[in-house]
Amino acid sequence: MNSPAPAVVSLRGVGKAFESGTVALDRFDLDVGAGEFVALLGPSGCGKSTALRIVAGLSVASKGTVAWPGGAGRIGFVFQEPTLMPWADVAANVRLPLKLAHMDDAAADAAVARALARVGLVDFARAYPRELSGGMKMRASIARALVTEPDLLLMDEPFAALDEITRFKLNNDLLALWQELRRTVVFVTHSVFESVYLAQRIVVMTPRPGRVFTEIAIPASYPRDERFRTSAEYAALCRRVAEALQGAMEAAA
Amino acid sequence: MKARALRIALPLLVLAFVLLAWDLAVRAFAIPPYVLPGPGLVLATLIADAGLLGQSLWVTLAITFEGFLLAAVGGIALAVAFNQWRAVEYSLYPYAVILQVTPVVAVAPLLLIYLPQPLAVLACAWIVAFFPVLANTTLGLNSVDHNLLALFDLYKASRWQVLWNLKLPAALPQMLAGLRIAGGLSLIGAVVAEIAAGSAGAGSGLAYRIAESGYRLNIPRMFAALLLLSLAGVAIFFALSLLSHLALRRWHESALRREL
Repeated sequence: MNSPAPAVVSLRGVGKAFESGTVALDRFDLDVGAGEFVALLGPSGCGKSTALRIVAGLSVASKGTVAWPGGAGRIGFVFQEPTLMPWADVAANVRLPLKLAHMDDAAADAAVARALARVGLVDFARAYPRELSGGMKMRASIARALVTEPDLLLMDEPFAALDEITRFKLNNDLLALWQELRRTVVFVTHSVFESVYLAQRIVVMTPRPGRVFTEIAIPASYPRDERFRTSAEYAALCRRVAEALQGAMEAAA
Repeated sequence: MKARALRIALPLLVLAFVLLAWDLAVRAFAIPPYVLPGPGLVLATLIADAGLLGQSLWVTLAITFEGFLLAAVGGIALAVAFNQWRAVEYSLYPYAVILQVTPVVAVAPLLLIYLPQPLAVLACAWIVAFFPVLANTTLGLNSVDHNLLALFDLYKASRWQVLWNLKLPAALPQMLAGLRIAGGLSLIGAVVAEIAAGSAGAGSGLAYRIAESGYRLNIPRMFAALLLLSLAGVAIFFALSLLSHLALRRWHESALRREL
């Protein structure tokens, strides 16, 4: 499928086999356009996290190519767990990427304050991770990913472990952030509902080995809110995507 | 609050009971002091010999502290080296284990042949205290959250940044647990070596006083010296526990009170 915007990153024929012999990805193709919100949808073990790690450079493809047509930009990564340093307070956790890049203190302070404001954690800058709820920890983790002003934000099932109320709230906040900042987002999830609610385009993957089964564009306009979540359009789209996912499972079986 | 009061009151009650039983037994059976002195006599001896015993306590504590310090610095440094260079770990780890499993009582006489006495005692204190620091710190350095390591990779952190900002803080709880064990062990190492040394002279530690008093059948002084050794051990344990608590109180589960 052609993306309207120029691709930020292009994966061509990417394969990944682990030492154990497991083939996580096979002939995986993906183009992500600038400013796009793409969801990778598939059952657990379909290699979607592996694909994300390869894009981030955290894992190396065994086959195929990863190309950055516009040059490699800054990447923010949000893990499934908040992955905060328990010995550091929220501000220090968010500051970490800047500290590692040796940014000077004044600029870093301003960037941290901005990132915390974006996720609504200004009042919790001095709190330690253990003092926060699951949703707040995830907000801190998102603030840390945003603090470097990344061109590409990679999210690996970030809300999977949260309760539904918190997840809906974070979904809304994430969309608001995306509309405000216009970053490119690749969002991995195994939830049909979450992918339809968030994404402009859903890449449905087959399990073991992970391959693109089909791509579905979600034409609904933004901003999307609770009205969209309860609309007939949303329900119809969810059914279509769920059927595609079912097809992907059967194709693999 | 009530649980806390009980935690202090109950052991004190046990202590009072044991002291009373001890005292009564000594009186009732008219046990001579060279077999078993009563608690009152032990205390009196402690006060009477305070100068001598205090000096010895100082000697033993100084050796213990030096041994502990060397063990802490050496153990942490070697653990970091193990973590940074796999070849160093493979080359040296077996010998660290051998050093640990060989009973220090058996090594002490040999060390006393090759080293001057104070140095031999120090070496014993170091040998026994060193391994728990090394083993615990190594475990801590190797147990870092893999996603945090990935995060540091993503931001292209240098090896030094990963060590300083991630691995060392992550290993701190285990490191402190190792240090807590090492504190008690370095006292044991020092005592074992002093007993093995057994030679008289100025600058002799508490363990030597115990051995010497034994030869002279000065049993009350043996008890007094033993009491001081126990108190020294308890003080070391509490000091290191306090250090651990202060370092971890804001973030580690071990230092937090569970609220039910």
